[in-house]
Amino acid sequence: MSATTVDLVDYDDAIRRYDPVLGIEVHVELGTRTKMFCAAEVEFGGEPNTQTTPVSLGLPGALPVVNATAVEYAIRIGLALNCSIAESCRFARKNYFYPDVPKNFQTSQYDEPIAFDGYLDVELDDGTIFRVEIERAHMEEDAGKNTHVGGSTGRIHGAEYSLVDYNRAGIPLVEIVTRPIEGAGERAPEVARAYVQTLRDIFRALDVSEARMERGNVRADVNLSLRPTPESPLGTRTETKNVNSFRSIERAVRYEVSRQAAVLDAGEKVIQETRHWHEDTSITTSGRVKSDAEDYRYFPEPDLVPVAPSREWVEQIRAALPEMPAARRRRLQEAWGYADAEMRDVVNAGALDLIEATVAAGTSAAAARKWWMGELARRAKADEVELDALPITPAGVVELQSLVDSGRINDKIARQVLEAMLAGEGTAEEIVTAKGLEVVSDDGPLLAAIDDVLAAQPDIVEKIKGGNMGPIGAIIGGVMKATRGQADAGRVRELIMERIG
Amino acid sequence: MSSISRDEVSRVAALARIDLTPDQVDRFAADLDVIVDAIAQVSEVATSDVPATSHPLPLTNVMRADEPVAPLTQEQALSGAPAQEDGRFLVPQILGEE
Repeated sequence: MSATTVDLVDYDDAIRRYDPVLGIEVHVELGTRTKMFCAAEVEFGGEPNTQTTPVSLGLPGALPVVNATAVEYAIRIGLALNCSIAESCRFARKNYFYPDVPKNFQTSQYDEPIAFDGYLDVELDDGTIFRVEIERAHMEEDAGKNTHVGGSTGRIHGAEYSLVDYNRAGIPLVEIVTRPIEGAGERAPEVARAYVQTLRDIFRALDVSEARMERGNVRADVNLSLRPTPESPLGTRTETKNVNSFRSIERAVRYEVSRQAAVLDAGEKVIQETRHWHEDTSITTSGRVKSDAEDYRYFPEPDLVPVAPSREWVEQIRAALPEMPAARRRRLQEAWGYADAEMRDVVNAGALDLIEATVAAGTSAAAARKWWMGELARRAKADEVELDALPITPAGVVELQSLVDSGRINDKIARQVLEAMLAGEGTAEEIVTAKGLEVVSDDGPLLAAIDDVLAAQPDIVEKIKGGNMGPIGAIIGGVMKATRGQADAGRVRELIMERIG
Repeated sequence: MSSISRDEVSRVAALARIDLTPDQVDRFAADLDVIVDAIAQVSEVATSDVPATSHPLPLTNVMRADEPVAPLTQEQALSGAPAQEDGRFLVPQILGEE
């Protein structure tokens, strides 16, 4: 790409003068065992071209057969998005030439999607609910993977040739298309991000996909246009392809708002085109202009018969739908008694499942939050890993907390034990025993330590005897120091009072 | 009465990545015209009470269970490839994007 400078308008300025309209297409790779139209087993990271059949290679005479589980997953997604499920729907051929599509067409759905006319309520960061209307969700198949060789690294531009791996070709996809999303205003970037995030959570809850953004299980194409006012007709849109992280979705929307505003300010027209998001430089660049090349000459797939899900089947699937993530969050928040802000932090930190498991394994919601959102969150941040990647389980946290609850160690020592647990030194119990960290509950050693501290500070003793309780903290501190923090501070205080009388 | 123009033939040929000479474009425009006219007669018979059909057999829901079968080996998969490298199909430079 030539490095021509692009004029950008400050986002806040742009959004004061233009009304953004979004449209989002999300592709999700279904987590079925086999492909959409053939029984090649799908596994992430296999050797190239070891997960193919004549169908997924598009060999002459090969005939596709629909994967029933993929259809069920598509219906699950449709129902979770409050869609109607088609009484009958067909597949269609989307014709285009590209080496990652070995048949020269993608088997998709065109005028008869399996699910249509739904909506999704998306919760924004401050708890506002924003409803996104869903136009359709249809079944299709993924393409293979091209690797460009020669020229600048991995770029198609300047490449001498390309290598194609068809392992991914034919993996079932569901594509979810929104209606134009209006009324988001300045929050358009957040709405776009929250929408895709909500979908991701739903895919996981439905158990239809691992839904890992970084593996490309979920891919978002973001359409954006600007218009002078919400009453104006829709402006010309651009489609930014393959924005593959939540953060990038927000940034890509912001960028396109700023860029299109500059184009319109200059009295020019936005070109209807595909744009590519560049993660490294955080900009979009022009891809192909929508033109004749976009004429996919769809026609009904003659090798497949219609899918006509019986109403009984649809109702069975509906009845078996799991609790949706938003409802689950509300239920757990109520059960745990967390404030809204606390709950939001827990969700954003990815601690919801961990805390749920920790509470289920037998500790209080408050203690579970204290550990996961405290020491462990700090540690995860320092190590730059996800919370669930830390070498500690909910059961380990419960064991640690139970040692605190039973008074065998105090909070300060518990943090020390946690460090040792994360370092792989054993269970909480083992570490406490091995290091002799148990709280000194025997009064003998405590009294000895107290006497030493009191003897060293006769003036403080006088003050306390005179009714000034202020300096007692210094005595307790001295005792804690002498016992390497292993004393129960409450008991120490009682003993000091007894001693001084 | 020609309903298929030379431009349409050229456009469809471009979409299908087929190079046609000007003579071929003329010939196909005429040939396709005959075919389109012939098929158009079907529309005269097919009134609105005849549903559109995409498959000759009245079947629905032909599906298989989500159970794997042995895939092709890498060697088998690549056996028809004109060129290959590192277990992958080698294809010429891809033009027309970026």
